[in-house]
Amino acid sequence: MSAAARALPVPDAGPLLCARGLTKSFGAQPALEGVSFDLWPGEVLGVVGESGSGKTTLLNILATHLAPDAGRVSYDWPERGLVDVHALAEAEKRRLLRSHWGFVHQNPRDGLRMNVSAGANVGEKLMALGLRHYGKLRARAEEWLGKVEIGPERLDDLPATYSGGMQQRLQIARNLVTEPRLVFMDEPTGGLDVSVQARLLDLLRKLVAELGLAVVIVTHDLAVARLLADRLMVMRCGRVVESGLTDQVLDDPHHPYTQLLVSSILQA
Amino acid sequence: MEASVRLRCEADLTGLAGYNFAYLDEQTKRMIRRALLKAVAIPGYQVPFASREMPLPYGWGTGGIQVTASIIGPEDTLKVIDQGADDTTNAVSIRRFFARTAGVATTEDTEAASIIQTRHRVPETRLREDQILVYQVPQPEPLRLMEPRESETRTMHALEEYGSMYVKLYEDVTRHGRIATAYSYPVRVEGRYVMSPSPIPKFDNPKLTKAPMLQLFGAGREKRIYAVPPYTEVRSLDFEDYPFSVEGWDEPCALCGATDTYLDEIVTDDHGGRMFVCSDSNHCARRRAAAGEEA
Amino acid sequence: MQPIIRVRGLAKQFVLHTQDEAHIPVFSGLDLDVRAGECVALAGPSGAGKSTLLRSLYGNYKPDAGAILICTDAGCVDVAAADPRTIIELRRTTLGYVSQFLRVIPRVPAIDIVAEPLTALGRPAGPARERAAELLTRLRIPERLWRLAPATFSGGEQQRVNIARGFAAAYPVLLLDEPTASLDPDNRDTVVALILEAKARGAAIAGILHDEGARDRVADRVFSLTPAVAPEPCPAC
Repeated sequence: MSAAARALPVPDAGPLLCARGLTKSFGAQPALEGVSFDLWPGEVLGVVGESGSGKTTLLNILATHLAPDAGRVSYDWPERGLVDVHALAEAEKRRLLRSHWGFVHQNPRDGLRMNVSAGANVGEKLMALGLRHYGKLRARAEEWLGKVEIGPERLDDLPATYSGGMQQRLQIARNLVTEPRLVFMDEPTGGLDVSVQARLLDLLRKLVAELGLAVVIVTHDLAVARLLADRLMVMRCGRVVESGLTDQVLDDPHHPYTQLLVSSILQA
Repeated sequence: MEASVRLRCEADLTGLAGYNFAYLDEQTKRMIRRALLKAVAIPGYQVPFASREMPLPYGWGTGGIQVTASIIGPEDTLKVIDQGADDTTNAVSIRRFFARTAGVATTEDTEAASIIQTRHRVPETRLREDQILVYQVPQPEPLRLMEPRESETRTMHALEEYGSMYVKLYEDVTRHGRIATAYSYPVRVEGRYVMSPSPIPKFDNPKLTKAPMLQLFGAGREKRIYAVPPYTEVRSLDFEDYPFSVEGWDEPCALCGATDTYLDEIVTDDHGGRMFVCSDSNHCARRRAAAGEEA
Repeated sequence: MQPIIRVRGLAKQFVLHTQDEAHIPVFSGLDLDVRAGECVALAGPSGAGKSTLLRSLYGNYKPDAGAILICTDAGCVDVAAADPRTIIELRRTTLGYVSQFLRVIPRVPAIDIVAEPLTALGRPAGPARERAAELLTRLRIPERLWRLAPATFSGGEQQRVNIARGFAAAYPVLLLDEPTASLDPDNRDTVVALILEAKARGAAIAGILHDEGARDRVADRVFSLTPAVAPEPCPAC
């Protein structure tokens, strides 16, 4: 009934990420109104809703790509406690994005360097963190390509020669190689064929469980949400209209909009 | 009245009538000197400056010329080299430019020069503390290859985010089995800024570190000035398991027999005949002269 | 000894906003206790709310009022009020749910699907697989299928894989949603045996057991639900 019973790594630790009263307008157009939630270590939070519901704006604010008009995002920085991520100095913000967090874009081209080899793509974050040994970089890249089911013979190929599904898996490897604690995903299965989607989903599910990753995943695909997310937030017009355990929200939706969303799915 | 006459007369003595000494007006020189001082104070950091239109096209050394014009005085002796040679078009015309606009002495002898403006080489002769080396720089930004946005490269420098430089080196080793970058080989200055040494061959990179002379870099089109003060550490980027190394040749210079210099390949006929000779023509000539004396 | 499951004043109705705001009351004021080692069969006509109650116990449906206390040595949790993290943890350690319908996860082999509840509890992969193999054998899934993902299995095989998964871990609470439906007699006997084993080790069991033969062999008592109003078509089934 649930995607998969998983151990939550440290049940007694505090939340990893706290969002409080996040609000954002673009001109007169409100995009996000008073969104609050806590994300716990190892927890996968699905954000669902139609285009324009504010879910991508929310993701961009969480990942510090965008500043909120009001509200704050706090992150539990190891040995420092909760820090307001939007108040961090640019250098610290980048350190956070580089070593603690990852971001998987819908379009892999936005998250990859298309003009350098797959190995260099996977190794870049390690180089940024100071690894200066070619042999070790290459070995780590190969190991991670293996984890995302890309053969070692493709290590030196340009991502442009990869299929869409492989590019997306490569982007995931590039993000996870530094073993982040939190990964943001924006419609990671968006532009992929159904068969390719299934493989990617299974892979994500496995990696998330193996690494104890916390994930905020934005999707409009309720099947993706059911398979990956422990918990769901349903968004509409910039507000969270319903949230709760994934299977509870999908099987016993309370809000009219959620009921509409769930009843609109075509049964395969 | 008297003063203006004297000024004009001095200009006549030391330069071209109707032009200020060394072509640039004094305000511009001051502006450039301020940029130079800042560049020396922050080794390897690219200082923006208001690059002027010069009477020659971008790519012909407009950055180097403006730097030279701002530091040169009547007592200086100028040497200009292009790819190591004193007698190529670019070198000859820049030398003539300063001879006419500043009336300074020029030389081809590296040891006799107080200022050496160079395109794409560092002289083989070890320079001294009382000499200044001025590099002409087409592209000052070493990060440009990986990051097209200027605002982003500036932030990367500010935050010492140099991981992407290693992406390029990684690609080199992957494609060629070694770091194949042969010129414009990026360096880290005094453990802080990553800098392009201009398109000198990487053979010359070791000459930059802990060097006695002041090294100034001017990029006219890109409007950037940077510097390496004397005795500053300049390290070429590399991997632990693929350390930086310079190229070597199987044969000595065909003219002077040197085995420790950067050699150019010269095609001698239409039948595949070729020879390798020193790129630094002055150094080569001096070695030959010395050998002649000994004989 | 206090009951493991204690339901007090539970009420649930469905409001179908997309269908003219239809209000469908299911039950209200419902009380139920299930003790360790006890098996309670939920009975009542279709639409009486057996499945809704079972799903509410699992945290899958959200009741409108009342409490569902699940009490073990680790403490008491009110499923009706707990936050998602607590429910997930409760499902991992305490609540087992056996239904006829397998939600197939792409590419995961049958044996790993069955072993997963054990590995989630921290059991090493080896012993977890051994237990999974034992259950698959007892439920007559041919060994050649174990390494395959069940997407291509027959309906009956998928059902038995899911039953094996539901019985893999020794949960203190087992919720059974017609586990014996449409099984052949041999496999039905196996499921009955598994339920009896769970009772013997002290599990509190609540289940919908339409098959009278099986019900009589496992159930200690019957809890009857009556439709709150004249039976309407069951929602969300």
